[in-house]
Amino acid sequence: MADTAQNDAASTDERVKEISPLRKALIRPELGGIVGTVAVFTFFLLFAFDSGMFNSQGVINWSTVSAQFMIIAVGACLLMIAGEFDLSVGSMIGFAGMMIAIFAVTYSWPVWIAILVTFALCIAVGALNGIIVVRTGLPSFIVTLAFLFILRGFTIFLPQVIERKTIIGGVREAAEGDWLAPLFGSKVFQGVFTWMGENGWIATFTRGNRAGEPIVDGIPVLIIWAIGLVIFGHVLLTKTRFGNWIYASGGDADAARNSGVPVNRVKILMFMFTAFCATVFATCQVMEFGSAGADRGLLKEFEAIIAVVIGGALLTGGYGSVIGAALGALIFGVVQQGLFFAGVESSLFRVFLGVILLAAVILNTYIRRIITGER
Amino acid sequence: MSDPIIQMKDIQKHFGRVIALAGVSVDVHAGECHCLLGDNGAGKSTFIKTMSGVHKPTSGEIIFEGKPMDFADPRDAMEAGIATVHQHLAMIPLMSVSRNFFMGNEPVKKIMGLPFFDHEKANTTTMEAMKKMGINLRGPDQAVGTLSGGERQTVAISRAVHFGAKVLILDEPTSALGVRQTSNVLATIDKVRKQGVAVVFITHNVRHALAVGDRFTVLNRGKTLGTAGKGEITPEELQDMMAGGQEMAQLEGSLGGTV
Ligand SMILES: Nc1ncnc2c1ncn2[C@@H]1O[C@H](COP(=O)(O)OP(=O)(O)OP(=O)(O)O)[C@@H](O)[C@H]1O
Ligand SMILES: [Mg+2]
Repeated sequence: MADTAQNDAASTDERVKEISPLRKALIRPELGGIVGTVAVFTFFLLFAFDSGMFNSQGVINWSTVSAQFMIIAVGACLLMIAGEFDLSVGSMIGFAGMMIAIFAVTYSWPVWIAILVTFALCIAVGALNGIIVVRTGLPSFIVTLAFLFILRGFTIFLPQVIERKTIIGGVREAAEGDWLAPLFGSKVFQGVFTWMGENGWIATFTRGNRAGEPIVDGIPVLIIWAIGLVIFGHVLLTKTRFGNWIYASGGDADAARNSGVPVNRVKILMFMFTAFCATVFATCQVMEFGSAGADRGLLKEFEAIIAVVIGGALLTGGYGSVIGAALGALIFGVVQQGLFFAGVESSLFRVFLGVILLAAVILNTYIRRIITGER
Repeated sequence: MSDPIIQMKDIQKHFGRVIALAGVSVDVHAGECHCLLGDNGAGKSTFIKTMSGVHKPTSGEIIFEGKPMDFADPRDAMEAGIATVHQHLAMIPLMSVSRNFFMGNEPVKKIMGLPFFDHEKANTTTMEAMKKMGINLRGPDQAVGTLSGGERQTVAISRAVHFGAKVLILDEPTSALGVRQTSNVLATIDKVRKQGVAVVFITHNVRHALAVGDRFTVLNRGKTLGTAGKGEITPEELQDMMAGGQEMAQLEGSLGGTV
């Protein structure tokens, strides 16, 4: 009896309407990011093409800013999909930079030790965030808000006590000849740029002792970090079993636990990864500026979250895309620098942020309804 | 009869001041379908959760394949070959059917020495398993949220059947199913039982229980009212006991010998 029933159902089901390609595209989390990216580039190509935004310096300029956003967005994205937030990212950036400067300059440690110790310290703080969240069951919003203040407090307190100032410089000099520092603060593919300059494809200096050398003489290694982290995050999320656990932990932690997913471990690891990304950001920044300031990284946690949300992730967890978050970061960087190139008052960037955030959240909610079949 | 594959001895479970289980003993043999029956809130779900590693019993002993077992979490139980369909399905609506199907048990293939999620295998296995249960999916990447309640239940059941190598626990698996899917589930229970899997089947439907059950245990307010074998109890008696034991005295008498 059951057998014939099975065979009937096995033939094609006339009740399954072919879903339109549009609707199928609509439930991809990256959709918002793709549309936004196209729109933003179209806009600036049309209205700011002559502003210098699209020559070699301009491109490197907004690429670098976007890459900065990307580095912290990847961490925030995976953490948000796992169902948690980290509001301490910005403070962590300030804290990490300050620790490197204190270790390397004040204590004259070799820079590579300063960097490695700082990474260990910050990842441990990330783990602590995670452990408190999973053990107490408190919302990560409140736990990491506490760390936002704790870390920022230390970042201002320590240099004042040790050096009687809030900015510690001299990192670049300390990093001279260090083997690890160039991993965060150098330029790559310089040969390619010299070659492009020689061929006249990119602008070169016409006067001075660097005449003939390209104005842009390489890609900041920061951009390589961003691309590397995006690829790593994307592969981890979509192509590995751990990625499935990230989705499951954020989708419904209890259901995931009942199915044998080690939810607590996943969440703690994602907090640690977010801290890692923040420290990468901080290290690159310290190497670029040659100094650490107590106010570095302010508001970065929100910028990371906004990039992730523009990229299609749901604030409630369980859904999102690293590629989307990377596009969100790109939109961010292009608009911020584009407005600067176009000579628009920079405060308007905040207006833009607010508007695009609202639009993205509304779009995401609508998409979620489609996925869960509410309409 | 052979030794039971899993023995639950005097299991107690307290949630703060609530005593959900006050000492329940049940054993299940390989190749039998053991039905758990009882009123709402009797403690059936709590009981099977101690069996599947979700809850640690407050006291009592679990003997699995002759050895005392202490499941730290559901993963341990799953690795031992115990799969469960929970009453609240343990499905994630935003995830695709095949991602849900293999949640916690993802198939892995090595690419350059690194383990990757084998999506191809997951997709084909899921589609086959669902077809066997009489449900035609639009595709393995369809989100579970777009399935009907019964379809979701079927995904959960076929997942458990797929992974329940030794013990299959079903907590009210037929509550949302249509006639055809229900008979499919009952036929599946019968099939896996014949393959030597021990089945624990919770239901409120006496006809379903009698159709596939070998033994019947009735729970009431955290205690067993006793276990009866097939043919030792009439449908009417079973029905009365499940109603919450209004005629307990009389029923206990009729079961007394078999406990
Ligand atoms: N996590 C928990 N915390 C506190 N009390 C609980 C918890 N889980 C179950 N209980 C209590 O334990 C008792 C048994 O619940 P259980 O879910 O096992 O009943 P059930 O027999 O499965 O009922 P139903 O037929 O309605 O599914 C109930 O009184 C319930 O309130
Ligand atoms: Mg129940």
